[in-house]
Amino acid sequence: MSQILHETGVKPLLSARGLVKRYGRVTALDHADFDLYPGEILAVIGDNGAGKSSLIKAISGATIPDEGEIRLGDQVVNFKSPMEARDAGIETVYQNLALSPALSIADNMFLGREIRKPGVLGQWFRMLDRSAMERQARAKLTELGLMTIQNIGQAVETLSGGQRQGVAVARAAAFGSRVVIMDEPTAALGVKESRRVLELIQDVKKRGLPIVLISHNMPHVFEVADRIHIHRLGRRLCVVDPKQISMSDAVALMTGATQPPTDALAA
Amino acid sequence: MSETSAGLHRPQEFESVLSGSETSVANFEPERRTALQHAQQFLHSSPAAVPLIVLVASLVIFGAIIGGRFFSAFSMTLILQQVAIVGIVGAAQTLVILTAGIDLSVGAIMVLSSVVMGQFTFRYGLPPALSVLCGFAVGALCGYINGVLVSVMKLPPFIVTLGTWQIFLATNFLYSANETIRSQEIGAQAPLLQFFGETFKIGNAVFTYGVIAMVLLVALLWYVLNHTAWGRHLHAIGDDPEAAKLSGVRVRPMLVTVYVLSGLICALAGWCLIGRIGSVSPTAGQFANIESITAVVIGGISLFGGRGSILGMLFGALIVGVFSLGLRLIGTDPQWTYLLIGALIILAVAIDQWIRKVAA
Ligand SMILES: Nc1ncnc2c1ncn2[C@@H]1O[C@H](COP(=O)(O)OP(=O)(O)OP(=O)(O)O)[C@@H](O)[C@H]1O
Ligand SMILES: [Mg+2]
Repeated sequence: MSQILHETGVKPLLSARGLVKRYGRVTALDHADFDLYPGEILAVIGDNGAGKSSLIKAISGATIPDEGEIRLGDQVVNFKSPMEARDAGIETVYQNLALSPALSIADNMFLGREIRKPGVLGQWFRMLDRSAMERQARAKLTELGLMTIQNIGQAVETLSGGQRQGVAVARAAAFGSRVVIMDEPTAALGVKESRRVLELIQDVKKRGLPIVLISHNMPHVFEVADRIHIHRLGRRLCVVDPKQISMSDAVALMTGATQPPTDALAA
Repeated sequence: MSETSAGLHRPQEFESVLSGSETSVANFEPERRTALQHAQQFLHSSPAAVPLIVLVASLVIFGAIIGGRFFSAFSMTLILQQVAIVGIVGAAQTLVILTAGIDLSVGAIMVLSSVVMGQFTFRYGLPPALSVLCGFAVGALCGYINGVLVSVMKLPPFIVTLGTWQIFLATNFLYSANETIRSQEIGAQAPLLQFFGETFKIGNAVFTYGVIAMVLLVALLWYVLNHTAWGRHLHAIGDDPEAAKLSGVRVRPMLVTVYVLSGLICALAGWCLIGRIGSVSPTAGQFANIESITAVVIGGISLFGGRGSILGMLFGALIVGVFSLGLRLIGTDPQWTYLLIGALIILAVAIDQWIRKVAA
């Protein structure tokens, strides 16, 4: 059981130090640290309520931490909205998916980054280029092999839970340019669909993008992760190497049954 | 982070059978549907269809009972004139209700704006054009107050506008000292204020500029709601504000804008109101808020937000207009109008609930 040290010189692409987020008397994040290195798949595991979602919400601009510092590359960033994080290339699949039920699949994929018609119609009349968005949405969904779409114009609320999750995952994978974060992307998926998402995660990694994967599914985590960030009681407990630790040891750490060795405390 | 980990990336044991299974994932092939499900699906994707069908049906029924007196260009355009103000206020109400809000203060903003337009001209001697601008500014300010209370203070729209309704209405009475500016005076000194009441004829059809304003306004908003990013964001906010925020919609500024826009549209309605009744009266338009909500609900726009078409609102307003005129021509007690409209409201909400079930 030992942690992974990066060769000196490799700097984290995305990192956080001392993040604090309080909701009234609940402390969701208690001086949490976080490091994501270029090109890696980092799994984040932890008990329910450990603060995993709070961590990625802080990193992706969905909530503003009370304290702490976030760096993207060499720069300190203070995202005030998910829009700003997205503009910086960080794309997130939230645990609740963040889809608008009454809007179509295409509208959802392009929400907040709509394509306008070329020329006067788009410039002056702000007209949306529906066909371009539908074409691209369909292309992105099929290119990812995630699903064959019958009607890209159908409302998201008419899809099954798993299909919705597919749309959210495809949206993030398609638009992420620096980091892709997925909060339990396979929670609602069947065996086959989960496998596709795991393959998709590998594809995104092949494109050179690092991925943060939050999951309660230990076999999945151990299958794809390069490193595992164990979150406990609102902070990073330690970071472990899935090749050098067993699943049960990881679970023991996660639940507080064992303490991490001192050398694994800092990553 | 070495490549030796590649060996680890193996599917789990129980997944090995997947290689033999069908490769397509999450197919969208629709299953067999009954005719009723088809209807539900259709209504789900075209929210203005139900009110349009009801409108056409009521036209046909009243036409059959009353005959030519009802089915004349004159009567038809009379209905348009009578619904112009409700249609304009209803457009404002539509924007707010699409965000899952409600605006009970629309009528008060309308009257206050019209009183400002009148009093600024006659009490302070401002040029009418400038007074009209001041009326719009007051409408926008009222909307801004609503918008800030709803989006920044996060108070429920129903409570906020229940309060501001009283406040704006009281301001209107206090400021105007309950004084009506008479029609002849306006006609002689500031005809601009009555602009939207002016009529023109095409054959027997009589149009007012107020009717034209309503039609253009609804057409413009229909375009904006359906063919611009702003319109899509408005629907998304009403649908699920949290999801909208997470997927990149600026919810707070959008909400403020919507209420300001609602206030501006109410000011336009206030201007049209002067044209319609001729005078500037602080007691006019008492029921505009209820009438606009009625038009919106009969028009199939969901009070839960995010669903519905502004065209539905226009059809809803017209349905009310057709019922009132039709029943008046038949010569029944006008209470029948309210009774039938009441039934229609309940029916419309029941249909809305049924259509929303398509999601489940
Ligand atoms: N918006 C909020 N308001 C109040 N408390 C919150 C809020 N969001 C999170 N919390 C609290 O913060 C703590 C951490 O929650 P968080 O959602 O980050 O956990 P998690 O690790 O993602 O759990 P899970 O595995 O169940 O998804 C919990 O105690 C939760 O109740
Ligand atoms: Mg979570």
